[in-house]
Amino acid sequence: MSKPVLWLACFALLALGAAPVRAQEAASIPKESWSFSGPFGTFDRAAAQRGFQVYEEVCSHCHSMNLLHYRDLVGIGYSEDEVKAIAASKQVTDGPNDQGEMYQRPGRPSDAFVPPFPNEQAARAALNGALPPDLSLIVKARADSSPIKGLSGGADYVNALLQGFKEPPAGFKMSANMNYNIYFPGNQIAMPPPLAGNDVQYADGTKATLPQEAHDVATFLTWASEPTMEERKFTGAKVLIFLLVMTGILYAAKRQIWADVH
Amino acid sequence: MNAPGNQSQSKIVRWIDHRLPVFTFMQHELYDYPTPRNLSYWWNFGSLSGIMLVIMMVTGIFLAMQYTPNATMAFDSVERIMRDVNFGWLMRYIHMNGASFFFIVVYIHIFRGLYYGSYKEPRELLWMLGVIILLLMMATAFMGYVLPWGQMSFWGATVITNLFSALPVVGPKIVAWLWGGFAVGNPTLNRFYSLHYLLPFVIVGVVGLHLIALHQHGSNNPLGIDRKGPQDSIPFHPYYTIKDMFGLGVFLIIYAIFVFYMPNALGDTQNYVQANPLQTPPEIVPEWYFLPFYAILRSVPDILFIPAKLAGVLCLFGAIGVLFFLPWLDTSRVRSARFRPVYKWVFWLLVIDVLVLGYVGANRPEGWFIVAGRVATLYYFIHFVVLFPVIGWLERPLPLPTSISAAVTKKGGARLAGASTPMEKP
Repeated sequence: MSKPVLWLACFALLALGAAPVRAQEAASIPKESWSFSGPFGTFDRAAAQRGFQVYEEVCSHCHSMNLLHYRDLVGIGYSEDEVKAIAASKQVTDGPNDQGEMYQRPGRPSDAFVPPFPNEQAARAALNGALPPDLSLIVKARADSSPIKGLSGGADYVNALLQGFKEPPAGFKMSANMNYNIYFPGNQIAMPPPLAGNDVQYADGTKATLPQEAHDVATFLTWASEPTMEERKFTGAKVLIFLLVMTGILYAAKRQIWADVH
Repeated sequence: MNAPGNQSQSKIVRWIDHRLPVFTFMQHELYDYPTPRNLSYWWNFGSLSGIMLVIMMVTGIFLAMQYTPNATMAFDSVERIMRDVNFGWLMRYIHMNGASFFFIVVYIHIFRGLYYGSYKEPRELLWMLGVIILLLMMATAFMGYVLPWGQMSFWGATVITNLFSALPVVGPKIVAWLWGGFAVGNPTLNRFYSLHYLLPFVIVGVVGLHLIALHQHGSNNPLGIDRKGPQDSIPFHPYYTIKDMFGLGVFLIIYAIFVFYMPNALGDTQNYVQANPLQTPPEIVPEWYFLPFYAILRSVPDILFIPAKLAGVLCLFGAIGVLFFLPWLDTSRVRSARFRPVYKWVFWLLVIDVLVLGYVGANRPEGWFIVAGRVATLYYFIHFVVLFPVIGWLERPLPLPTSISAAVTKKGGARLAGASTPMEKP
């Protein structure tokens, strides 16, 4: 039996290892320890809320998060009233009203995150022609070359990138309006260093160092990329317990039924 | 139901069966249907494929209720399913990983057929219907992958549909016809969605034929010899129903680990970026189950007057097309590789070859990957076109057991432990 098992294992390896081996131009991404990694990992609510604060006060000036709604924020531990207050602090364009005109009103929890720019052209016009990517799915879209790492891989990348701005090495040719980042493929990124440390005043008194801010915002963005992750893992545990018990019973039944054949 | 329809205890059952013989049919195909007593667990993968087809159709129908097949809305509608639809994430991850697991199961099913000679007389049409199912599955999977309208969806669709442009004269017309325009766009997405919904039902039809062909002569078995009498067989129910269900349980555990704990391990991260026709991703790679074929496509150089692209496309389709002729390419009259001392080893070479092709397909065609891809592609075709007939002629098979029961029961001489250790040396 060992040979077939070996080959089954090979099939599994093919399935898992088929990720393309990409030419790595950028420095290798340091691994962080994350609250959400592993089969029982959950989102650290305090870190995610701090990360949301960093997003609000820094990232959101350029980056949209179109797939999120203010109501989603209860998922990182804000109360309904807090969500209402956060939403109400935004101005949302609504309409047309019965005069046929668009108008501004305070946000509601059911509104999507208000984007910094009305359209792509406006963003490019304001930012030297660069278009900041929407951050709703950035962690799932950047899980580097080994997708088996899942969400942690993408969070590692975001965390590293935010801390990866350095002076370009001597002789490195920089294009206009670009910034040097050791973790970005090609090392030239249009985004200027967004965080330097002490960019925000954390409400819970945590010291806002650069690694702390990067870690928090990566936690927030990971939650944003898959708010159903905790439900998925929790459901998975129940499903697996059921399947293990059921399969055990089926095995016993199989032995019983086949007893007279062997 | 413990008696055939017409003799059933229940008046209602007898009344229905007299008019619509569903009970007689079930009796005939489940209780009376004789199955070799020595089928190993490798025979579970047929019913597993059928169950995967049902899982894919059920989850797919629920996803279709929430999905919007429009180039500007498709990506967001998938994310809406992930975020806002109750258990939408579950339906989508079951469906997304289901494609991979469907292929794993079907590939094992095919290799089992190759090892035990299940394609040989009188099961040639059964095998060929299976190859048609594989082709339909590949078309369905390809079009399904386009629907989320991520970067890899879009660029994969562009690369694969462009293959048809390699055909002389009609090529460009076919491509425009597939696209419904002059590039992959909204009309492409709409027709792929329509066909992605249609093809599974076509597969169900061909699976029906596959089962009719199967039940005509019954399953092959690890010994590859025919059933000679009632001592060689057991009823399908309850023996193989319970064995299939236990196998299903083991399979679902592995499947669930992927769905709940690493749902994106088999996918490409680029597909979480919305399709952008103006930006080519750094690497365009198909899903893992197409990688061996992708490697064949990219490995073929210019052959005489045929340009590399056309030659690659021909080899790609040839790699599956050759399977149709397998029943006649294999000249050995012995079915099971257990009694074929040479083929038994050559079979594993094919397995290795396909794994190498898969590995090559996942990497850029640079350096030794080009050489490996070409050697593996060449070997693939040599295996089917040269080795199969030649080994059949030259090989001296081992003596076959006189009957299944003689080989697998204690009183019938040497015990081969049929069901539990299928591939041990005889």
